[in-house]
Amino acid sequence: MSGYYHQEDLPRFSEMGKNAPDLWKKFAEWYGAVFAEGALTAREKSLIALAVAHAVQCPYCIDAYTQDCLEKGSNVEQMTEAVHVASAIRGGASLIHGLQMRNAAEKVSM
Amino acid sequence: MSLVSIGHPLASAGEQLRVLSEPRRQLKPFEQSLAESGLLPLTATGITVLQINVGKLCNQTCRHCHVDAGPDRRETMARETAEHCIRVLAQTDIPTLDITGGAPELNANFRWIVERAKTLGRHVLDRCNLTILTVPSEADLAGFLAAREVEIIASLPYYLEDETDRQRGEGVFAKSIEALRSLNALGYGQEGSGLRLNLVYNPVGAFLPPAQAAIEADFRRELLRRHGIVFNSLYTITNMPISRFLEFLLRTGNYDRYMEKLVSAYNPAAAAGVMCRSMLSVGWDGTLYDCDFNQMLELRVDHGAPAHIRDFDPGALARRRIVTGQHCYGCTAGAGSSCGGATA
Repeated sequence: MSGYYHQEDLPRFSEMGKNAPDLWKKFAEWYGAVFAEGALTAREKSLIALAVAHAVQCPYCIDAYTQDCLEKGSNVEQMTEAVHVASAIRGGASLIHGLQMRNAAEKVSM
Repeated sequence: MSLVSIGHPLASAGEQLRVLSEPRRQLKPFEQSLAESGLLPLTATGITVLQINVGKLCNQTCRHCHVDAGPDRRETMARETAEHCIRVLAQTDIPTLDITGGAPELNANFRWIVERAKTLGRHVLDRCNLTILTVPSEADLAGFLAAREVEIIASLPYYLEDETDRQRGEGVFAKSIEALRSLNALGYGQEGSGLRLNLVYNPVGAFLPPAQAAIEADFRRELLRRHGIVFNSLYTITNMPISRFLEFLLRTGNYDRYMEKLVSAYNPAAAAGVMCRSMLSVGWDGTLYDCDFNQMLELRVDHGAPAHIRDFDPGALARRRIVTGQHCYGCTAGAGSSCGGATA
């Protein structure tokens, strides 16, 4: 094995059902329902998925949802803004923990 | 630059077919998919559209063009061949004449063909690249089309400049907007005018089109908000893996993945509704094909049907067996694709 991530593994995702077919079936049905047109459009859901893919740093998801966003009619400007939303939340999540630091420092300081 | 002008191997239909049929791709043969859907042999259901490709000359050189059209191309339909086409219309009740190219308006017989078809009471479609309407020598073209109530099918791959110009050439978006404004001013796309203006979306890259209704709503909102432009309908068309788009797929390493996507997205409902079942395509030299894509691959009608417009036989052609190949997956993926947009 030359590395941990392989682009050719992406279309093999369904092989995860080989030893747990019932669980895979449940996951696949739920996944399909999640991304169906609903109160949010399929295009909006795809942009959310792209943002989350960057937050969880999954290269497979980034690949899949970049393609999917384009196939839902989004453009690179919109997709870039979605990634910034994910990045802002990640950055903000780090920064808000700075209050823990300030609280801890305050407690032990004169 | 066209593939022909640079002497590219893929300028040859034979080379394109060779690439598409390479066994190493491990893709299910199209006929096997048809058989599994109960559609083999695929046959015509009639002829409701006569589509004539009047030549490969174009004022643009789009990166995805399946015709390999451009300013350097000289193939053009002669008056004699055009007369055969009009004679076929006169001898049949085919309701629609669909004129394509290249930029069809650059054919010297274009206006004659339109006039004759309208005189016969036929509905006429002009597949227009929009920028031709801004060429000084064609200043009266939009008025000509409007006066004869020709339906315009206009290419506009996206509602933004960057995406459009990347596919169709620098400056094309601005000229397209200028043309759309002049068409709107003539009444095209305006409710109740009777002048239909339909746009064509096709992906700017190696991916499938969005749902037609969803992207039509995006175009309607954005073109009105940004440019005050209105239109009737938007058609989504999948990029066919032939000619310049095939060259793009191979050069950028996207070919295998794109073909796998087309094959895995095969939709039996889309296959049942493919446009070749109800149309007949005529090449610039009068040769008959099942569609414009087969025309560019030089796959003429076969299985006993006459293959030239001068030998037109309505009975044999209306029931002919369609010639298919691996490229046909481009019309059967997802919601389907045709000259009139999604089919399923």
